[in-house]
Amino acid sequence: MPSVLEVSGLTIGFGGLRVIDDLSFTVEDGECLAIIGPSGSGKTVLFRALIGAVPYEGAIRWAAGVKIGYVPQKLDIERDLPLTGTDLLRAKAHVGRVSPDDVPRALRMANLGPDVVGRPIGTLSGGQFQRLLLACAFLGRPTVLLFDEPTAGVDEPGEEMLYETIGRMQREQRLTLLLISHELSLVYRYATKVLCLGRGRAWLGAPTEVLTPSRLEELYGGPMTHHFHR
Amino acid sequence: MIADLPAVALSVAMATAAGLVGCFAVMRKMTLASDAISHVALPGIALALLFHVQPFLGSLVALLLGTLLIWVVESRTRIATETVIGVVFSGALAVGAMFTRGEDLIEALFGRAGALPAWELTLGLVGAAGVVVFVLGARHRLVLALVSPDLARSAGVHVRRLSLLYLLAFSFTVALGLRYLGVLLMGSLIIIPAATAKHATRSLGSMLAVAVVVAVTVTLVGTALARVLQRETGPVIISMAAGVFFLALLRRRPP
Repeated sequence: MPSVLEVSGLTIGFGGLRVIDDLSFTVEDGECLAIIGPSGSGKTVLFRALIGAVPYEGAIRWAAGVKIGYVPQKLDIERDLPLTGTDLLRAKAHVGRVSPDDVPRALRMANLGPDVVGRPIGTLSGGQFQRLLLACAFLGRPTVLLFDEPTAGVDEPGEEMLYETIGRMQREQRLTLLLISHELSLVYRYATKVLCLGRGRAWLGAPTEVLTPSRLEELYGGPMTHHFHR
Repeated sequence: MIADLPAVALSVAMATAAGLVGCFAVMRKMTLASDAISHVALPGIALALLFHVQPFLGSLVALLLGTLLIWVVESRTRIATETVIGVVFSGALAVGAMFTRGEDLIEALFGRAGALPAWELTLGLVGAAGVVVFVLGARHRLVLALVSPDLARSAGVHVRRLSLLYLLAFSFTVALGLRYLGVLLMGSLIIIPAATAKHATRSLGSMLAVAVVVAVTVTLVGTALARVLQRETGPVIISMAAGVFFLALLRRRPP
């Protein structure tokens, strides 16, 4: 399988503190890479480097023709902001030079109804807003999706719907997924590879190889439990 | 009235730009900053009067320098923008007030729609048109950057450059309105109509439209009323804008 992303010798620091130190990994076409680790281990910083939002040392090489769809970490949106879901989708379509005709397809993929997108984004539930961000990411038919904690701030039924959408799009669209998650059940269920960050180190491999009880205990400083979603 | 036509055209153009720029200032939570930015024009006006240069040009240069300062602070340092604005711009107001005296100071602080030279009319109309075209053209990028700068970056938006362009548009709009509202009140014409529109609407298009209608209406009616009442234009315009805002608050927000 060809590599979609090659990261080598990646080092990111802020004010003398190295958050990520000499990290190297590759992501193949159609893979689902889950990135896990305790808070402050550099997961979101890594994503921000991948989209060019923070300076770094080392090399990040995306394959030619890769189109990135990015779903950011839970956003704190003011409740009375006069911006509807339609405003956000239009903005994303315009900036990405995507035809507005692509919006209904993106909404269908994200399983989001037109009644929901007509509402101000500050009034949407956590799950609805995450699905709106997902629809934004689908615009322009991306080949790679970066997903930063997709279920943060989402209730359990909403989580289930998001998981199903993620699983469906991976099967149907053959997208390459990069996923930051604290939900180990999600990682076991969908990830083909796991990158564990923490304590200045990184481990890469299949979920069953990397996510051993002893390593999780070492990473998180205590025994980790998780539950599987049906 | 015919003789006033150029002044009316300029005030409509200025208010349109103020309404549009204000929408993003309010959504970006720049309300206090917007008010303080206009204060930096005062030392520019003072220096212009001292060296017998047009006050408009002095204020424009001071505002542009102030804008660059905010932009550098926002993007390069960890000092809170509000802190820098509070210190530098209030200091600028104090220094400017020391070197401007009497009638000139009152005019600079509160505005007075006096004689309008042709070059100022032309620059004002072209500048206001530029601000309107920028805000409408960049509104999609501004929305993405507002909701999530990282989402905007991943879509190819140069967020830092966009922020600079927006702040320059903001400063130019302030400069345009100084003759009507003065350095103390021009920030309010940018903020109050947009804050009114934010309360009364629920989508971007309607917010932009309502902000422009409120800004233009209070500017035109306020200027006429100031003449009738023989008062400075700025306080009358802003009192009306504040009245409209409180009236809008009485109306329930659309669901």
